Amino acid sequence: MNRIDLKFQQLRKAGKKAFIAYITAGYPSLEATEALVLALEESGADIIELGIPFSDPMADGPTIQEASFKALENGTTVRKILDMVRAIRRVSNIPLALMTYYNPVFHVGDAHFVEAAAAAGIDGLIIPDLPPDEAKELRAACLAHDVANIFFLSPTTTAARIAPIAKASTGFIYFVSVAGVTGSRKSIPAEIARDIRAAKKVTDKPVCIGFGVSTPEEVKAMANISDGVIVGSAIIKEITKHSGQKDMPARVAAFVQKLSSAL
Amino acid sequence: MRKKRLSVKKNKFPDKTGHYGDLGGRFVPETLMAILIDLEQELKNALKDPAFKKEFRYYLKDFANRPTSLYYAERLSRELKTLKVYLKREDLLHTGAHKINNTLGQIILARRMKKTRIIAETGAGQHGVATATVCALFGLKCVVYMGAEDVKRQALNVVRMRLLGAEVVPVQSGTKTLKDAMNEAIRDWVTNVKDTYYLIGTVAGPHPYPMMVREFQKIIGQEARQQFLKKEKKLPDYVLACVGGGSNAMGIFYPFFYDASVSLIGVEAAGHGLDTGAHSAAICKGAAGVLHGCKSALLQNADGQVQNAHSIAAGLDYPGVGPEHYYYKKIGRADYVAITDKEAIGGLKLLSRTEGIIPALESSHALAYLPKLARQVKGKKTVIVCLSGRGDKDMGTIQEVLDHESH
Repeated sequence: MNRIDLKFQQLRKAGKKAFIAYITAGYPSLEATEALVLALEESGADIIELGIPFSDPMADGPTIQEASFKALENGTTVRKILDMVRAIRRVSNIPLALMTYYNPVFHVGDAHFVEAAAAAGIDGLIIPDLPPDEAKELRAACLAHDVANIFFLSPTTTAARIAPIAKASTGFIYFVSVAGVTGSRKSIPAEIARDIRAAKKVTDKPVCIGFGVSTPEEVKAMANISDGVIVGSAIIKEITKHSGQKDMPARVAAFVQKLSSAL
Repeated sequence: MRKKRLSVKKNKFPDKTGHYGDLGGRFVPETLMAILIDLEQELKNALKDPAFKKEFRYYLKDFANRPTSLYYAERLSRELKTLKVYLKREDLLHTGAHKINNTLGQIILARRMKKTRIIAETGAGQHGVATATVCALFGLKCVVYMGAEDVKRQALNVVRMRLLGAEVVPVQSGTKTLKDAMNEAIRDWVTNVKDTYYLIGTVAGPHPYPMMVREFQKIIGQEARQQFLKKEKKLPDYVLACVGGGSNAMGIFYPFFYDASVSLIGVEAAGHGLDTGAHSAAICKGAAGVLHGCKSALLQNADGQVQNAHSIAAGLDYPGVGPEHYYYKKIGRADYVAITDKEAIGGLKLLSRTEGIIPALESSHALAYLPKLARQVKGKKTVIVCLSGRGDKDMGTIQEVLDHESH
């Protein structure tokens, strides 16, 4: 069974919600990313999203943009990221999803990319600029290799799209808390509870909320109305804050501990 | 190049899902899907609505100054010997380039959709100026994203936009040029999608933009075809246009699509040379890829990262190209060639000297291909060149080149 599905099964049985941490692979270095994944697992992350840095991250706010550019400057490539994943897999079974823009996938071919990712130990794919409407080939490849294909719902998603997206999404459904890019904002709109309920009516798949979640209070509030919470930019900021310090992974882990324990 | 049979049925592209073969489409965050579906429907309704057509035609005529003339370039033709050259004078339009055709069409649509805030991206500033112009015309709030590098290179157009009431936002991320301006415009759009209309300036982006911009620019080719038939009692042998994103080229190519005897040639920017890595020739040198919402030709490295484009013409300085152009290339309907910075300067000088018309550096790429074509053809051939814009905006760049040459 796919590690993401297994994780949600376990969480459900225990009556718990998922804490999903996003970090940009290669920021500040791939060695640091490897250490971070293991440290985050220790600090209560249930699933980790590894961002593949991209030259044109149009769905990301300034924090992840900056991390992506730095990671690319450091020479981070898909191949090196998958090598790192293989190294992680020797010591950890934490569910790992790749978050990437579509072009690095399309460039090598959907089937080839998914095969390589699955072989390295990746459990899911999240591609913000690939709606299910354009994902026929990728979905087939993910199905063939038992890789979760995680699609998005957004506050602007029309009623007619909710069911087909929920059906196409495997692993979990990524619910964008607010129309916008990644990164913290002043508040998360109150309508989200209603939107999540609408999604829950058509699917029993886990629905997790991401974009703009940055404090323990928000984590708690969002977890109350969903199956899990995704935090990205807030963790990247913490990495930046402690960048260059020897105990950076431990310090970031301590920060994540505060967030995940709010669940 | 003309022998390949076309299997495309009339008006069947893009298909219902916005694809040109396997190109085009909608590669955007879910948050934008609803507005794109909505926009597609609004566009369909508008294109069928006599009131929309009447309003669009009115502004094209009385505000932008259409129709533009199809001018026989006699002295240029004499110099080229084997070619009889006509120029489609989009340079004579208000704001100095073909861009105004599209911005007028889209602003009328945006008003029908009750959008109150307009955003746009711009490279050279021509599309930004054309957008700021129509926003001033209708009293709408306008925000233009422009790479910080381009803000420096095209300072005069920044002044024009600000005079017209637009807010110009210098984009500091990435390469600080057009592609980054487009990233930032998309980020704004995804955040303010309720009240904001994104006015894209070329035949790229997610469906329905490539189709919509083509529909608003095809007036160029419709006029040129009629004017040529009237003057020459036949169709031209060649139609030439420069291709960055490709809006002027698509505008003039599309109405000739089914005229199989007419060769369509798109001229990309070879920058310092196609083998230097410093160019913008997405079709000639790129591979299929996905950027800014559509699948098309793209300059990218082995890891699928988008590569920086280069051209002396800021309006061609983009690593992608409209999907319909790549489609034309794939089905063999159009050919794509590339002209270097240096050759483009030659094209600019050639037209200035022979006809008393100073073309934009973008259009100069198409003109620079004329002497090459003239050497290839057998007998005497006729050609229409889309003179997409005038050169006033480029005088700073030209001055630098001339100074450099005289040293």
